[in-house]
Amino acid sequence: MKIIVAIKQVPVRDSVLQVDASGKWIRESELSFEVNEPDAYALEEALQLKERYGGEVIALCAGPARVSQAIREALAKGADRAIHVESDDLGAADSLGIARLLASAIRSEQPDLVLTGLQSDDLGYGQTGVIMAELLGFPHSTIIMQVEAAGSSVRVKRELENGWFQWMELPLPAVLTIQSGISKLRYATLMGIKKARTKEVKRLSAAELGGLAAPVLSVEKVYLPQKTKETQMLDGTPAEAAAALVEKLRFEARVL
Amino acid sequence: MLNAAGTPWMPRGGGFLLDATAPGQVFTPEDFSEEHRAIARTTDEFWRNEVEPHLEAIQRQEPGAAVSVLRKSAELGLTAVLVPDRYGGMELDLASAMIVAERVARDGSYAAWHGAHSGIGTIPILLFGTEEQKQTYLPRLVSGELVGAYCLSESHAGSDALAARTRATLNAEGTHYLLNGQKMRITNGGAAGLFTVFAKIDGEQFTAFLVERGYPGLSTGAEEKKMGIKGSSTTAVYFDNVPVPVSNVLGEIGRGHVVAFNILNLGRLKLGPFAVGGAKQTLGDSLRYAKERHAFGKAIGEFGLIQHKLAEMAIRLFAAEAISYRVTGDVQLRLAGFSWDKPGAAATMMKALEEFAAECSFVKVFASEMLDYVVDEGVQIHGGYGYHQDYAVERAYRDSRINRIFEGTNEINRLLAAGILLKRSRRGQLELVEAVKKLESEIGAGKIPGEPDPVARSKKIFLLCLGVAYRRFKDTLDQEQEVLAGLSGLAMGAYAMESVTLRAARMKSAGEMARVFVQDGMAQMENTARGILAACLEGEPLRATAGVLHRFAEVELVNTIELRRRIASRLLDAGKYVVD
Ligand SMILES: Cc1cc2nc3c(=O)[nH]c(=O)nc-3n(C[C@H](O)[C@H](O)[C@H](O)COP(=O)(O)OP(=O)(O)OC[C@H]3O[C@@H](n4cnc5c(N)ncnc54)[C@H](O)[C@@H]3O)c2cc1C
Repeated sequence: MKIIVAIKQVPVRDSVLQVDASGKWIRESELSFEVNEPDAYALEEALQLKERYGGEVIALCAGPARVSQAIREALAKGADRAIHVESDDLGAADSLGIARLLASAIRSEQPDLVLTGLQSDDLGYGQTGVIMAELLGFPHSTIIMQVEAAGSSVRVKRELENGWFQWMELPLPAVLTIQSGISKLRYATLMGIKKARTKEVKRLSAAELGGLAAPVLSVEKVYLPQKTKETQMLDGTPAEAAAALVEKLRFEARVL
Repeated sequence: MLNAAGTPWMPRGGGFLLDATAPGQVFTPEDFSEEHRAIARTTDEFWRNEVEPHLEAIQRQEPGAAVSVLRKSAELGLTAVLVPDRYGGMELDLASAMIVAERVARDGSYAAWHGAHSGIGTIPILLFGTEEQKQTYLPRLVSGELVGAYCLSESHAGSDALAARTRATLNAEGTHYLLNGQKMRITNGGAAGLFTVFAKIDGEQFTAFLVERGYPGLSTGAEEKKMGIKGSSTTAVYFDNVPVPVSNVLGEIGRGHVVAFNILNLGRLKLGPFAVGGAKQTLGDSLRYAKERHAFGKAIGEFGLIQHKLAEMAIRLFAAEAISYRVTGDVQLRLAGFSWDKPGAAATMMKALEEFAAECSFVKVFASEMLDYVVDEGVQIHGGYGYHQDYAVERAYRDSRINRIFEGTNEINRLLAAGILLKRSRRGQLELVEAVKKLESEIGAGKIPGEPDPVARSKKIFLLCLGVAYRRFKDTLDQEQEVLAGLSGLAMGAYAMESVTLRAARMKSAGEMARVFVQDGMAQMENTARGILAACLEGEPLRATAGVLHRFAEVELVNTIELRRRIASRLLDAGKYVVD
């Protein structure tokens, strides 16, 4: 199976964020970056599929020079080669623009399967994979938790709401967007890091891929969440109040 | 490598005392390659996922807890960074080994397990083993199947290791040496499968042996009850007629000291990143606490005295990092073109390390004292809570203390470093005598201080004191421990100030740290130098020389209070040790 995994590099999770001068994005110069978490799971799924069914895993990443860190990491974990779509001005692009670049890079590779994370930790649109599938004319399925090859198609398990799941089958080639936390991520071992030295990274410019289209969707303003304080009294017997508290901690504060 | 003037240049041991160095000529953490950073990330991830969840089990010495983490680290390649490919190792550079060391040292107990295994437990075989010994043992050490330990110290032979009484006697058939005696305070003793043991053949020839735990007659004692690193294993190892095949002699018979001392150079250098890793952890904890803890209506991090501590912790940490990676880079320059496949590779590696033996001792002493300072102020910032076992800083405080004792006590390392510099001068490898003479003639000609750069003058302070001390004591100088340790301190001070200044020169705001470090460092150097001068001179010559010293020690004063406040607020904003 020939699998392409599209990965994005996003600011490290516990970064201290500051809004930049334009008010439309965060200040990137002082930030460290890492592989978008759902994409890390997409890569893991691709590597496991390769282990089970054979084939090739190609990491695909668009962005400025700094994303070579994410590409190296994918190669160190076991991707066979990589494609870097080089562009310094993806910040202002929208999902459609980026999906166009990625789709154009993917087309000539004629993959069996394209995996992405279900969304990015920075913008969280959850659209790039889906739009890319439309542009490629491939069927797609989202929030995937499990993938099994079945000849010229794949059987996938999707996550629905409230603990419900759905199994479905798609013909190949297909695009799947992968859910976080579905497996245990492997490490980039020191041996893997060393082997990545000699793996191929193909560099393509945005121009070579048809150029970056003007965005149809643009960010007007970003701001840090306003901190507010609110007190809620929980009535009832101690047992009822405790149950209500647990409920709130679990579903509202999401700390349990 | 080329120097600032574009001429070929190669760093040499002690050379910093005589030669000017340009910022681009020293290796710093800012020079890490993308691959180095990837190694750092993998080690950080390993720490979070595999070590942190088991720290309490390791601390309680639950059977197998530390060893299973160690084996997991082996799967990632973290136990064998330097070991060649053909024995299952990663065959990466020294900087990679240092980067891994720093990141597994966030907890003193695990650091001891990991450090002893992959350092003194493995490196002797790598550097001195025969091909057969390497093939037999290295792959099993690399995978963690065997845990390694190093048995040099005995109850009455610690610093004076060559006074060891463990004996080896060849059996009648000539096939085995029989080992008798006991070793004391052996790290990993409780779990090790392979021991590098130093013993004297027939009570005379000091020799190293590879001894497997399964050999009959070998046993280990109970776990020692220690002040700190309580989760590490430290036991006695007993030898009761233990038969060791003659093929397990490591290195040459009668040359065990060569094995012992060469291993120590690397061990001392690695203590740098070990201390740096621990200090980063404690500084991070302290910064978080200083932001959370309120007193008198403010976060304590807003108080000047707390900011002073936080800034000073970071400054010394920055300095320890600077010298550790500078030495690493210098060793690597000497290893240009190095390959384990070339004949004599191990000897080349050892020679490159030995070249900087004095600098390795400086790293050991400076970094261990830095960590003690950091954990001490860490406890202070935590106030009463810092005295409770619930807080990580309490453990860090106890764990830190060992670093000034093992890998050669700091006293031994100070004496050693001074001795090495003098020896290099006697052998014509370092032109100290010429430099002292030149300085004396400059002073005679009234060219004082003759140099605007305080770092350059700090070296003159060393040379001034060396000249005076040598005139006073001549060939008995090596009996004058206080003077020698003082000279060592001066050389170390100059090395640290220069390394900090060179590193900061290529950074955005670290120059503020460098200015504070140099201003305070010069005062400390003047104080040390006064002690030396007053021990060697009296009357008018003493007064005159102290006057010269004072001119050399001058610095353009900066407001270090204000600078420390600025440094501290940047750290508090970031919530961790970051420098730019
Ligand atoms: C937790 C722990 C783990 C250890 N792990 C190992 C290990 O794995 N393998 C191993 O072989 N050893 C190990 N050691 C032993 C350690 O290396 C020694 O304790 C150390 O070298 C000091 O020796 P000593 O304890 O005999 O002290 P001594 O040598 O008796 O020193 C006592 C004091 O006298 C000073 N002193 C000694 N000689 C001189 C001198 N010539 N001039 C001036 N001052 C001097 C010392 O600096 C020190 O302050 C370990 C020790 C500890 C505590």
